[in-house]
Amino acid sequence: MQVHQYDVVIVGAGGAGMRAAIESGQRARTAVLTKLYPTRSHTGAAQGGMCAALANVEEDNWEWHTFDTIKGGDYIVDQDAAEVMAKEAINAVLDLEKMGLPFNRTPEGKIDQRRFGGHTRDHGKAAVRRACYAADRTGHMILQTLYQNCVKHNVEFYNEYYVLDLLMVEEEAFREDGTAYMQKRVAGVVSYDLATGELHVFQAKSVIFASGGAGKVFKTTSNAHTLTGDGMGIAFRSGLPLEDMEFFQFHPTGLAGLGILLTEGARGEGAILRNSDGERFMERYAPTIKDLAPRDIVARAMANEVREGRGCGPNKDYVLLDLTHLEPEHIESKLPDITEFARTYLGVEPFTDPVPVYPTAHYAMGGVPTNIETEVLQDNNTTIPGLFAAGEVACVSVHGANRLGTNSLLDINVFGRRAGIAAAEYAKTADFVELPENPEALVTAQLDGLLNSTGTENVAELRKALQEIMDANVQVFRDETSLKGALEVIESLRERYKNVSIQDKGKRFNLDLLEAVELGFLLDLAEVMTTAALHRKESRGGHYREDFPNRDDENFMVHSMSYRDHNATTEGIAGIRMETKPVVFTRYQPMERKY
Amino acid sequence: MSTELPEPPSKIELKAGVGGGGEIPTFNITLRVRRYLPETTAEAYWEDFKLTMYGTDRVLDALHKVKWDHDGSLSFRRSCAHGICGSDAMRINGRNRLACKTLLKDLDTSKPITVEAIKGLPLEKDLIVDMEPFFQSYREIMPFLISKGHEPTKERYQSVEDRERFDDTTKCILCAACTSSCPVFWTDGQYFGPAAIVNAHRFIFDSRDDAGDMRLEILNDKEGVWRCRTTFNCTEACPRGIQVTKAIAEVKQAILSRTV
Repeated sequence: MQVHQYDVVIVGAGGAGMRAAIESGQRARTAVLTKLYPTRSHTGAAQGGMCAALANVEEDNWEWHTFDTIKGGDYIVDQDAAEVMAKEAINAVLDLEKMGLPFNRTPEGKIDQRRFGGHTRDHGKAAVRRACYAADRTGHMILQTLYQNCVKHNVEFYNEYYVLDLLMVEEEAFREDGTAYMQKRVAGVVSYDLATGELHVFQAKSVIFASGGAGKVFKTTSNAHTLTGDGMGIAFRSGLPLEDMEFFQFHPTGLAGLGILLTEGARGEGAILRNSDGERFMERYAPTIKDLAPRDIVARAMANEVREGRGCGPNKDYVLLDLTHLEPEHIESKLPDITEFARTYLGVEPFTDPVPVYPTAHYAMGGVPTNIETEVLQDNNTTIPGLFAAGEVACVSVHGANRLGTNSLLDINVFGRRAGIAAAEYAKTADFVELPENPEALVTAQLDGLLNSTGTENVAELRKALQEIMDANVQVFRDETSLKGALEVIESLRERYKNVSIQDKGKRFNLDLLEAVELGFLLDLAEVMTTAALHRKESRGGHYREDFPNRDDENFMVHSMSYRDHNATTEGIAGIRMETKPVVFTRYQPMERKY
Repeated sequence: MSTELPEPPSKIELKAGVGGGGEIPTFNITLRVRRYLPETTAEAYWEDFKLTMYGTDRVLDALHKVKWDHDGSLSFRRSCAHGICGSDAMRINGRNRLACKTLLKDLDTSKPITVEAIKGLPLEKDLIVDMEPFFQSYREIMPFLISKGHEPTKERYQSVEDRERFDDTTKCILCAACTSSCPVFWTDGQYFGPAAIVNAHRFIFDSRDDAGDMRLEILNDKEGVWRCRTTFNCTEACPRGIQVTKAIAEVKQAILSRTV
């Protein structure tokens, strides 16, 4: 085992991690740990754009963007956070441009902007052009530009270092009213070097989690194989709460059967959805902005068309994304990648034929709770000195019950930057926290347990069973029966997981071992998501309960906070304690959500 | 530029059989993988796996099937699985491709499908190579925007034409399919290789950048662009369809016109 010492350690090298590293690396001694190579991160798969009220092509202002974000999130967004994000969006885009990002341009040479779901002029009057973009590879260009600037600033990367544990200490502290509590403080992280199988402990004054999402809980997903919720899982196992885990976004337009993302920017450029009658059905569900309604509404409309028998294809199990009325030249210049995806993976020519699409699991609105300074919370009121989180792993919460398209690329830039600055500033004033004795003990026990197991269960089989039940039962439409059914399967899989074994016993690039560890995180998170979904007996944003179809502000206008607690039981699930956290309101009162 | 489009019709007649789908055909393949497990055997060897696959499956699905159902020790990198992260470049039937973008049905499945690691980089295990030399060359061409003078308060302006000038080379995903398909790179590991030159091109031809001369000087080196023998392997290998050889030629031309 080796021990390293840095002022700031960043876990994850996607957009949030690298945006943080650019700030932190110039202020404090910083290391970035990533289980991939930085340019492999899933930020690169984002396509459509990044919204900011630049008003380059039509009137716009950041207050409208704030409102859209809050309404899009079905009013469970923390309004102070949404305001920060919409306000800082403008500089976030300009910063990227100055770093070299090749945005598409207007005829005058300004950054061009296009329409995106849920982004409107003057509080919902009509769709507005707010998304800055680089063809349909905006995420790719953001990831490349941030990596390029990390190279420029000599940021130190530890590639293919898989972080497996967060080291914290606890000490007794007192609140203002004199009550005692246990204050957590961060000491560092434990990581596993994939190339050699060696453990490396990183002692750090500040740790930033920027490790992304957990889409691989589901079978049909736009997410990468590597998005297994490691950061959320580590936090949860360390006794930190996870906020709003019942809210998971299904992106309307995944390639049918495959889940590969086709950007909402396609609809922003004029594409529309049709059912088996050739009908533009979104006119019925969202009469004002139709196909550009927020994702939860469009995804539900699609699922509803299919279950009412208006799906397409021999199994009537998808709808169509129609681009055939658009100029091929226009599509080629604005959407080159997604048209290629349709050709490569489905053999469909989008210039002449509509593309089969169906909702695909896309984004976790919930995650590790932070305040607007990106400091992680150990409970509703207590931050953990030195621990920060940003991006999909975190819940600020700017996305509430449903994230608007483009707001994740914005989130990683705005809060990634804030995290980098805050972590470096904290490190300047703080001392190292002494590492616990045998800091690697927990990880060693975990890995040895898997390597030496003679169990009979197979990782791939359990993962497949998990993903299938989540796809079937924790979908766009949910109810008590489906969720309880899912939990029953998850509990049995968690039991079987204890008896899992792997074939590769080596030390070098043991990806068999890696997948076994990842499955453990997926199982933990699936349990939390489903329990939280069962607990929220209302419908809001991406969480739609058929047995409770209305939003219930009286009882559920609160964030959920799930804790690992061996003395608690929630919804019949032992080991989870469910609490609530108030939503922050500034100036917007909840209204009925119509588009 | 955003143009105003007329509203599409609320209802249209769909063509019969639109969207396709239905029963997905299955077929049998032999996947012949070049194995290298340095902890157990000193030499690399070929291993055959007989698999039943579906019509929509890619080479990556076949590799996963081996790893998940047959032999967990088979090691390869992958992440996004749709050709955007650049993790799974490998030699498939002797040609560099991304495993996640190569559909099995497009290959000759009557013969074994060979899969091996990309060439020219140190082999670590099975299909995994050490990528560090590749990224080292990339870093040496200063792959970041360098601009002199004051930063504008808002964005820099750039015309649509100037933006278009380097569009092709912004598509690079650093998968190394091009560099590791280059015969010059195989014999001379010091050569910068196509990917580094592509990324230099992306900045040299960006109207906002002021360090083109410095990059041209770096690439005028004996291990620079002049090592390129124009075999077009790189262009054929690029999974993003970048005109790599053309980009290299444009950099050569820029060096020549600069030194005149």
